[in-house]
Amino acid sequence: MNYDDFINRTVRDIPPSGIRKFFDLVSTMDGAISLGVGEPDFVTPWLYRDSAIKSVISGRTGYTANRGDPALLREIAIYNRDRFGINYAENETIVTVGASEGIDLALRTLVSAGDEVLVPDPSYVSYMPNVAIVGGAVRPIPLKRENGFKLTAEDVERAAIEKSKIIIMPYPNNPTGAALEKQELEKICAVIKRKNLFVIADEIYAELTYGRRHIAVASIDGMKERTVTLNGFSKAFAMTGWRIGWLCAPKPVADAALKVHQYTIMCAPTASQEAAYAALKDGRETEYEQVESMRAEYDRRRRFTVGMLCDMGLECVTPCGAFYAFPNVEKFAADGEEFAEKLLKSQKVAVVPGSAFGACGKKHVRCTYASSIKALDTAFERMRTFVKELKRS
Amino acid sequence: MNNIETEILALLKHDCRLTADKIAKAVGSDENTVKKTITNLEKRGVILGYSALTDEHALGGDTVEALIEVRVNPMYGRGFDAIAEDIYKFEQVKSLYLMSGGYDLAVFIEGKNLREVAAFVSEKLSVMDKVLSTATHFILKKYKIGGVTAATSEEKRQPVTP
Repeated sequence: MNYDDFINRTVRDIPPSGIRKFFDLVSTMDGAISLGVGEPDFVTPWLYRDSAIKSVISGRTGYTANRGDPALLREIAIYNRDRFGINYAENETIVTVGASEGIDLALRTLVSAGDEVLVPDPSYVSYMPNVAIVGGAVRPIPLKRENGFKLTAEDVERAAIEKSKIIIMPYPNNPTGAALEKQELEKICAVIKRKNLFVIADEIYAELTYGRRHIAVASIDGMKERTVTLNGFSKAFAMTGWRIGWLCAPKPVADAALKVHQYTIMCAPTASQEAAYAALKDGRETEYEQVESMRAEYDRRRRFTVGMLCDMGLECVTPCGAFYAFPNVEKFAADGEEFAEKLLKSQKVAVVPGSAFGACGKKHVRCTYASSIKALDTAFERMRTFVKELKRS
Repeated sequence: MNNIETEILALLKHDCRLTADKIAKAVGSDENTVKKTITNLEKRGVILGYSALTDEHALGGDTVEALIEVRVNPMYGRGFDAIAEDIYKFEQVKSLYLMSGGYDLAVFIEGKNLREVAAFVSEKLSVMDKVLSTATHFILKKYKIGGVTAATSEEKRQPVTP
């Protein structure tokens, strides 16, 4: 049977993820250390887990409203307002199955076949395939290392053409750790408004910024009306496995998105919504103590990671957000792919080749610092040995 | 206790072999400042020493550890300190804490074998003037020591794409 005749052509043609083959290798390797997975090493705080357990025990096992549990929607509205100064009403919000569903949902809601979507390069690996699946066309916006991989107003000016309809704003950024200052964002937004683009702001790392507060795209004057804001619980609340996040958008867009969401997902898992509600309520009542303590720990690891990488001669823009460092490896290998492959084989340390995130990341690798200092220390000492060997040969 | 002291202590408590240079990286300071701060913490008696967290059962040895709950008569004017001093002088005593609740002193002792621990309790501890009673609990198995679980912790995160 020729399955290719049956599989959707777009899906068939999506190349397999560049990350996948590495981690298949890592999982078979004894004693390998992975700096590859973009997942917190913290367990979900007990209070949130307990809330979900209690709700299950009490028999709360049915659907919630399509949009999400009203109590959770209320907490999300308060959270958005208090933490990021953005005011979305409860009927402008949809609880999603992680920000991942949010990306898909936003694209399905906004993109018609042939519409062009601007995607900064390098960025999170899902945008391009997701745009392809909904029949859109990606136009990458090449980012420069000398700008710290930050999107600039000039970049948008240069990239946006007549057909361009949507721009994805993924800050703080995976894989570069770049975050935007308010002034930088304002300049970009001026161009976005002039070019009449709609924004999908993927702000899943909004809580994980260092030495500054995250500036939400929708908080900039005149931007809320043209922005879909995505966020979630996975990173800041250490809740990856619960698959829970949210999408906020102006009412007409949120209403359209709700149609897609109700026909594909029905509603996000009820127990996960309970845990999410507990997370936000607890955060509000304790000044986000849990989030802040995890953030402080990531900050320690971030400084340690950058220090170790610099020590071994890997140039690295200091990340200001998320939990990734994105060092340049061209002094030591032809590209990130070669570096990562050799590093894994010789020292059993897994990092992700930058090319997985777009052509502009080719000469880089992504190192996740969501591991204990002790684990990071072991990994970086091995990497140091590896780099020394490369220097010698 | 200032912020950098707290940060350094947290790192050392987790791994006391971390070098000053690496601690400096993590706390965003320089090596010299870290070294000075650590020396200062040692002088002030905040850092009392450095030792390995061990689970000697894993070695297959016969050493015996016990927690002895001790009830005592505090001394006029000196409270529990004098009797505590008499007890911690013995080298078998590894840790000694004054407790709230049903007894006064928690004495952690280590002996080569059961007989040694028994001898310590019956010949040294119980016979002290101020000691009213003792209850000896042998430690059978250690699951978590100083914040570290005894079972080797494996990476629980599964490979996931993207």
